Amino acid sequence: MAATVATEAMKAGAAARHEAGTGPAPYMNPYLAGVGLGLVLLATFVLMGRGLGASGAFTSVVAVAVEAAAPEHARANEFYVGYLENGFGHPFKSFLVFEVLGLIVGGFLSGALAGRNRRTVEKGPRISTRGRLGLAFLGGGLMGVGSKLARGCTSGQALSGGAVLSVGSWAFMLMVFAGAYALAYFVRRQWL
Amino acid sequence: MIAPFFKYGLFGDEASLILAFLVGIGFGFFLERAGFGSARKLTAQFYLTDLTVFKVMFTAIITALLGIFYLSWIGWVDLSLVYVPNTYLAPQILGGLLLGFGFIVGGYCPGTSVVGTATGRFDGFIFLLGLMAGIFAFGEAYPLLEGFVNSTDLGPITLPEALHVSYGLVVFAVVALAVVGFWGAGIVERRFAAR
Repeated sequence: MAATVATEAMKAGAAARHEAGTGPAPYMNPYLAGVGLGLVLLATFVLMGRGLGASGAFTSVVAVAVEAAAPEHARANEFYVGYLENGFGHPFKSFLVFEVLGLIVGGFLSGALAGRNRRTVEKGPRISTRGRLGLAFLGGGLMGVGSKLARGCTSGQALSGGAVLSVGSWAFMLMVFAGAYALAYFVRRQWL
Repeated sequence: MIAPFFKYGLFGDEASLILAFLVGIGFGFFLERAGFGSARKLTAQFYLTDLTVFKVMFTAIITALLGIFYLSWIGWVDLSLVYVPNTYLAPQILGGLLLGFGFIVGGYCPGTSVVGTATGRFDGFIFLLGLMAGIFAFGEAYPLLEGFVNSTDLGPITLPEALHVSYGLVVFAVVALAVVGFWGAGIVERRFAAR
């Protein structure tokens, strides 16, 4: 049913823009989008007493995969065990796994309505597609390690922990910006 | 006190998963609306040509911060039942730095790479594979890293507790800083986007 709704939304969005003779819709005003995002986060606090997240869902996937491949190895590691016993009944029956499934649907729906869903690789003009994909993998890897060291990523720590004024979350957030600005010059050919 | 609803037992585990899915949809929707499904839009923050990341993130933080503060003030939400992550200062500082490196090298963070993938960005998908490889590497190295990961444990400490000031004062300071930041962001963008 969700797929039908999504397809219809995409058609409607595309048709509206075809009539208007325009390309993808412009992005929402950043302050308006920020208020929307903040209200979603606030709703999560009020409903659940916890915030949003993202990296945790992928940790559940990794833990389940490791257990499937080497059950004894996974069970001997406290880190994997933490995620294997995270849900109720099954490790995938967890808040973050279901939230990330929603994240996929919400992102797709918004992109469809705006005519922004397109198979492409995001990069600047001065780097090859292969180079860009290599750096995407490397950056993802750095973030995988970093988010586990910090016990969360931009969603769980910076956004959710920041809104409840956690000391560690604010220290984390400052370091994220510091790290990205520090390296920006060296990878400018990828983006500019 | 009636909220957080889940903590007061207004619904159970199964229902919480449905809600997780629904808030996830809202989360993804607004991330995409803001332009966060695009690595170029996200990384423009670090070349000062487009400070949307800063604007959206801080608007979201102060919206949720003010909301939860007022709802607790009028007695609708028990703030003590809202989860505050434990602070592990040293690993969070190093983790934040690595995350920042990963952000500018990879172009996304975990949540935005999901939105990128959902809107057809193949680099977002490759980023997610890298993310899981990184988590796997961390998991395999966990016995060695365990001591550091659990070091400098300060508990669920908040800024008002650490600074010995009232919650309201920190809320006010964060909002004031954000407003000054938004004003500054406009100036920076006009200067760098023109070049």
